[in-house]
Amino acid sequence: MGVTPTETMTVAAARMLRNGTVCFVGIGLPSAAANLARLTHAPDVVLIYESGPIGAKPSVLPLSIGDGELAVTADTVVSTPEIFRYWLQGGRIDVGFLGAAQIDRFANINTTVIGDYDRPKVRLPGAGGAPEIAGSAGEVLIVLKHDRKAFVDTLSFITSVGHLDGGDARARAKLPGKGPTAVITDLGILTPDPVTRELTLTSLHPGATVEQAMAATGWPLRVAPQVAVTPAPEPHELEALRALIRRTEEAHGKAA
Amino acid sequence: MAEIMSLREAIGTFVRDGDHLAAEGFTHLIPFAAGHELIRQGKRDLTVYRMTPDIIYDQLIGMGCVRKMVFSWGGNPGVGSLHRFRDSIERDWPHRIEIEERSHADMANAYVAGASGLPFAILRGYVGSDLPKHSDRIRFIACPFTGEELAAVPAIKLDVAIIHAQQADRRGNVLLWGILGVQKEAVMAASRAVITVEEIVDELRPAPNACVLPRWVVSAVCHEPGGAFPSYAQGYYERDNRFYLAWDPIARTRETFLAWMQRHVLDTASFAEFRRVHATTAREAA
Repeated sequence: MGVTPTETMTVAAARMLRNGTVCFVGIGLPSAAANLARLTHAPDVVLIYESGPIGAKPSVLPLSIGDGELAVTADTVVSTPEIFRYWLQGGRIDVGFLGAAQIDRFANINTTVIGDYDRPKVRLPGAGGAPEIAGSAGEVLIVLKHDRKAFVDTLSFITSVGHLDGGDARARAKLPGKGPTAVITDLGILTPDPVTRELTLTSLHPGATVEQAMAATGWPLRVAPQVAVTPAPEPHELEALRALIRRTEEAHGKAA
Repeated sequence: MAEIMSLREAIGTFVRDGDHLAAEGFTHLIPFAAGHELIRQGKRDLTVYRMTPDIIYDQLIGMGCVRKMVFSWGGNPGVGSLHRFRDSIERDWPHRIEIEERSHADMANAYVAGASGLPFAILRGYVGSDLPKHSDRIRFIACPFTGEELAAVPAIKLDVAIIHAQQADRRGNVLLWGILGVQKEAVMAASRAVITVEEIVDELRPAPNACVLPRWVVSAVCHEPGGAFPSYAQGYYERDNRFYLAWDPIARTRETFLAWMQRHVLDTASFAEFRRVHATTAREAA
């Protein structure tokens, strides 16, 4: 069976987490990647979910942010105010791992509305924990699929802060964390330019092309002079990911 | 002081039209039974609060119970949109609810401030976000000691908090465990609290640091086994993920939504009867 772009994305995102990292995990793609890291190269990664579990070790991926599986496998479960006050705001989080509906060239995130705020074309779920995760986590990783609907020139709404309008804007705004350090997509990896902070294509997944990435981006995408090729998923990584997805589907019913 | 009574009596006695109300739960222990009873009794003009409004808030909005919603993430967890919420915001049906949109950290802090008897909460938040541009209730103040600029948000003060818990004793003391979200804070931020429970036991056996709400901060305890269905109650039953998936097509159109609400909620007298009807209709649909 060939490797799908989503599998390559998830494996590439998982590899970004070092063993022992304390990671505040969003639901969906970030949760899949963070748990894959835990099940492969980073057994001591600490996964914190905003519903309260600290050190969650789920055997199947949670469908919701507060699944019982997270609570029963955690080192401890604290209240939601404590999660945001002591653990996130208190500076205990190394990496915030987020998804996004839309993103711009400075990795600012929209999960609120498409169109006018008061008369939206599309009403999205809203902020959740992301604005403060984006502000206060030591650094932020973002994982999302690469297409023109998601990678837009101008966001209708900035829900959660990336690098604002670039340069040293985060430092001037006195944001505690470093902000987004990588955006992992199903085509490649984008990292902020060290000076301008504009997202730059620095790695392409096997089989993907620069032209594909540019066509899937709603602004003139900057491309690094030397674009690396993301190492293909190793057999043990794929095996762990597929087993995790299989266990999850069995637990939640195939339709999930 | 907690009285043990039927859910119908508790909602009739302690929830009034126009109340500021939170039916809290962070994907665990969602008070569905109590939400249905609000709909059966035709409560109106409610200002509802919830960090994670889900299906039960979608039902309240679609049935016209809500005037305003204060929230930080509105969706069907693991599935997608709340279609009744979107229909209200995007197409004014059945009317356009007012929304006040926050972040999770804001609401969690605002509940703590409400429970603490403070007028507002402070947090390091919202920098660079457009959310403060759309609310005059997210402001920024300088720390009087360091000068650091911090977000200030008004405390959440509720007329009534509604939660679901695992156990109460016969005197009305309540014990809950697992993922607790902001349920304790919501109860402590409210003038009245209605709590549905899985089980009423002779004696609670809480560990010393367990989450116990003593009977004197509770208005009513209602025995509603399964009252958090289709969410879950740790130690009692698991989340019914199929219900959340099945809700999506039901809520997509006004007609299917209204027909479902009529048959499952308005035409049933209790949550137990709802469960029996739902078991039949879910079998038919499968």
